[in-house]
Amino acid sequence: MIEAPDLPLWAALLTSILIVGGAAFTLIGAVGLATLRSFYQRVHAPTLGTTLGAALILSGSMLCFSVLQSRPVGRELLLLLFVLLTTPVTFILLVRAALYRDRSESNQEVPPLD
Amino acid sequence: MSRLFPYPGLSLALAAFWVLLHNSLAPMTLLGAVLIGIVAPWSLVPLEAPKLRIGSAVALFKLAGIVIYDIVRSNFAVAAIILGGARHAHTSGFVAIPLELTNRYGLALLAVIITSTPGTLWAQHDAATNRLLLHVFDFVDEADWIDLVKRRYEPLLREIFQ
Amino acid sequence: MNVLILGGALFAAQIMLAMAMTMAVWRIARGPRAQDRVLGLDTLYVTAMLMIVTFGVRTGSMLYFEAALVIALLGFASTVAMAKFLMRGEVIE
Repeated sequence: MIEAPDLPLWAALLTSILIVGGAAFTLIGAVGLATLRSFYQRVHAPTLGTTLGAALILSGSMLCFSVLQSRPVGRELLLLLFVLLTTPVTFILLVRAALYRDRSESNQEVPPLD
Repeated sequence: MSRLFPYPGLSLALAAFWVLLHNSLAPMTLLGAVLIGIVAPWSLVPLEAPKLRIGSAVALFKLAGIVIYDIVRSNFAVAAIILGGARHAHTSGFVAIPLELTNRYGLALLAVIITSTPGTLWAQHDAATNRLLLHVFDFVDEADWIDLVKRRYEPLLREIFQ
Repeated sequence: MNVLILGGALFAAQIMLAMAMTMAVWRIARGPRAQDRVLGLDTLYVTAMLMIVTFGVRTGSMLYFEAALVIALLGFASTVAMAKFLMRGEVIE
């Protein structure tokens, strides 16, 4: 039932800690996304998953494959860099769109355009 | 040299990207890396993108260290607030911050840093007045957040880009 | 023994990621506004990408990396397109 690559003990432990930690941060972020009250509060929550969550899981994967192939594997760095650089861009655009929509409906929660 | 490499930083980044994607140091991969590093940046020349000048590499590394520390710290802070649930009645709000940084790359980097950090969000930047509108998750004291941007990030960014 | 440790940890991580994806789907279904749904979709994409990475570790195969990269790319492009649509699509200019 349980299948996983056969790593030495130290690598298995370290990979386990990294991956479970990353998944925990991603889950907490998703809990925030589901439970926080206003849209602007909710945007903060998923950044947990895209920063520390992704960093921990991807470094766990990097460690696992580096040990398996007995040479450094850096492709996860690429994925991490991509996620780190693109998520702020999407969130900035999304918040701008939300501000625009809220202002055009004169929502009291957002500050006026100067 | 600058005729062959219009954007040397971009050339280096693309070559590193190529090597990482193929995950090998075979001769063909290295050849591909050199080729893409030379050819691809030429597609930016017609766009007339302003050239990037790094004023101080030391400040860049210092900023990277500060940002990584801040991201990890605020990850734990925001996670604690979310797990605390409704018991902690916390408030969120907008803060307006006047900026002195005008370099476009510097502002772009500041936007990425602020939005990547859980707890702060880049909401809007007004180019005419150079004012930044920030959304803060755990809004206790307005001065703290102005301090964070003005004292912690902006001086280093100005040192790097201006 | 070592296989059991890593296998158990991966199983736990995948359960947690599946729960995170469920919450993102709940936010997409619930809304209340369009920007909330787009935010939920972006979270779903990133979490799915991390899930694929854990599958890659479980099988020890590097093929999953490409799938994760494609998900990350498509997620970015689609979220940007939808955010742009929210800015321009609804309000008559």
